[in-house]
Amino acid sequence: MNKMSWPKKIFIYSFLVFFSTLFLFPYFWTITSAFKSASELNAYPPVWIPTKWHFENFYNAWTSQPFTRYLINSVIIVIGTTMGQVVSCSLVAYGFARFKFKGRDTLFIILLATMMIPWDVTMIPLYMQFNFLGWINTLKPLIIPSWFGSPFYIFMLRQFLMGIPKDIEEAAMIDGANPFQIYLRIIMPLIKPALVLIGVFNTLAVWNDYLGPLIFLNDNAKYTLTLGLAQFKGIGGDIKMAAIMAVTTIICIPPTIAFFFAQKQIVDGITQTGIK
Amino acid sequence: MKANVIRLKHMINLKKSNSGVKKSYVPYLFILPWIAGFLFFTIGPLIFSLIMSFFDWPIVGDVKFIGFSNYIRAFTSDKMFYHSMGVTFKFALIFVPLYILIALSLALLLNNEVKGKSAFKTIFYLPSVISGVAVSMIWIWIFDVNYGVINYLLSLVNITGPNWLGDPKWAIFAMVIASLWGQGTMVLIFLAALKDIPKEYYEAASIDGAGAIGRFFKITLPLITPAILFNLIMTIISAFQQLTLALVMTKGGPSNSTYFYAMHVYNNAFKHFEMGYASANAWIMFVLILTLTLLVFKSSSAWVYYESDGKK
Repeated sequence: MNKMSWPKKIFIYSFLVFFSTLFLFPYFWTITSAFKSASELNAYPPVWIPTKWHFENFYNAWTSQPFTRYLINSVIIVIGTTMGQVVSCSLVAYGFARFKFKGRDTLFIILLATMMIPWDVTMIPLYMQFNFLGWINTLKPLIIPSWFGSPFYIFMLRQFLMGIPKDIEEAAMIDGANPFQIYLRIIMPLIKPALVLIGVFNTLAVWNDYLGPLIFLNDNAKYTLTLGLAQFKGIGGDIKMAAIMAVTTIICIPPTIAFFFAQKQIVDGITQTGIK
Repeated sequence: MKANVIRLKHMINLKKSNSGVKKSYVPYLFILPWIAGFLFFTIGPLIFSLIMSFFDWPIVGDVKFIGFSNYIRAFTSDKMFYHSMGVTFKFALIFVPLYILIALSLALLLNNEVKGKSAFKTIFYLPSVISGVAVSMIWIWIFDVNYGVINYLLSLVNITGPNWLGDPKWAIFAMVIASLWGQGTMVLIFLAALKDIPKEYYEAASIDGAGAIGRFFKITLPLITPAILFNLIMTIISAFQQLTLALVMTKGGPSNSTYFYAMHVYNNAFKHFEMGYASANAWIMFVLILTLTLLVFKSSSAWVYYESDGKK
């Protein structure tokens, strides 16, 4: 099994390289387009590598819209929700993983079942609810729910906790520590790798989210980057594609960095839980 | 050391029996955030939306109970209801098999002793981490009618590419292609399933004279059916909720050829502000997804192979 025959080797590598090219090509085309001049952008046959790299495309695109404002909004939401998820999900996961209480298993099954509810069903009443609270057109509907935990992250943390022996906690309990102290001093440091992972997952989800901001925000000054990019395309006919590609490139950078930063954990996390 | 631990455990047991009753509210304090969130952001809205679906519920103005009228309207007099359902099914029927087939092929290729495996894995996974809006922009440009690079590449092999996003016949395929780019998660799940197959099975089969194709259909395929089931369900659910790409790439056009059902729900709620009718639509989708999932599960006993216990 270990030694592959030559024909097989050639077959496998050529297919892998072929697919890799297909998967990488859209990035290549986006990034090079972002640097092109208007004439190169519309040249036929296409210009693969810009003869002159127009870095000013990025500056012009970025300043043509309040993208800095959008970026600040996106960052506020990412930080606010990540803090919320880390605190709330770890508390809940600890509760489910380390205590025996009446109704625990039923509640946990309900928690898992709620992952199946499509967002389309709850988005309408949520909109009404947030409208009633006067939260529409603020960042609140995009941040506050994350402080109440997310089933998938709770599930991940609970699985992680189940794999950690209880010895240290039990020793601490004998020393008179109460459950909250144990959570803060022992559990939180122990589950740090899993917390980093849900932080990354949450950052990706929130940074990339389009439908939430689309529904809950209507004032330009409150827009997030994804929403800003989507409406950027709709403005006028003479927006150059290079500008859109420039902003697209910028928007893709943080998730890509986040991925490389936590690549191993992400891959392990997906293969263990089976869900993104 | 070990004796110490045992002694400690013994003491804890004693302690627990003393304080178990007194502190029984403590666990509920820990899960309280989720319980509150469940009430306010999940089950509350779910019930609220079911109630709304029986009302004529404009966003401003009077609310009126109208019984099943919203559901009757959807099934009898709303042409776009059937149209959008059709678009969604068409998309799912093209997308789901292709998606699973490609993900499985990539996983099979990667399940060999290849150099640079982690680099290939990264390449296949990377598109899954970027935003749907960015994905849309990238493909809008690739499919551009005048300067789209895909049609240039096709012209190199003497094919005249269609007006991808402007032709009702082709727009949905453009959307399938853009969606196929985000393969990564499925590839990783298949790869993990393939790795779990014990090597001895293949060795035994080789000794029995099974060829590569025989080994694939007799060993590989049956043993990864649980992963196929899982991916199938996840892909169907995501196909039925397809919205971002349609909103950004085509806005449902041209000639409503990419007007997905999720877009119909969205438009009824946030363009026409018929919250009651939109809720009824959303519930129809919910029930449909549940039914499909259940059907797939039911069928699974016929084609999914579970190794009788013993497997971790």
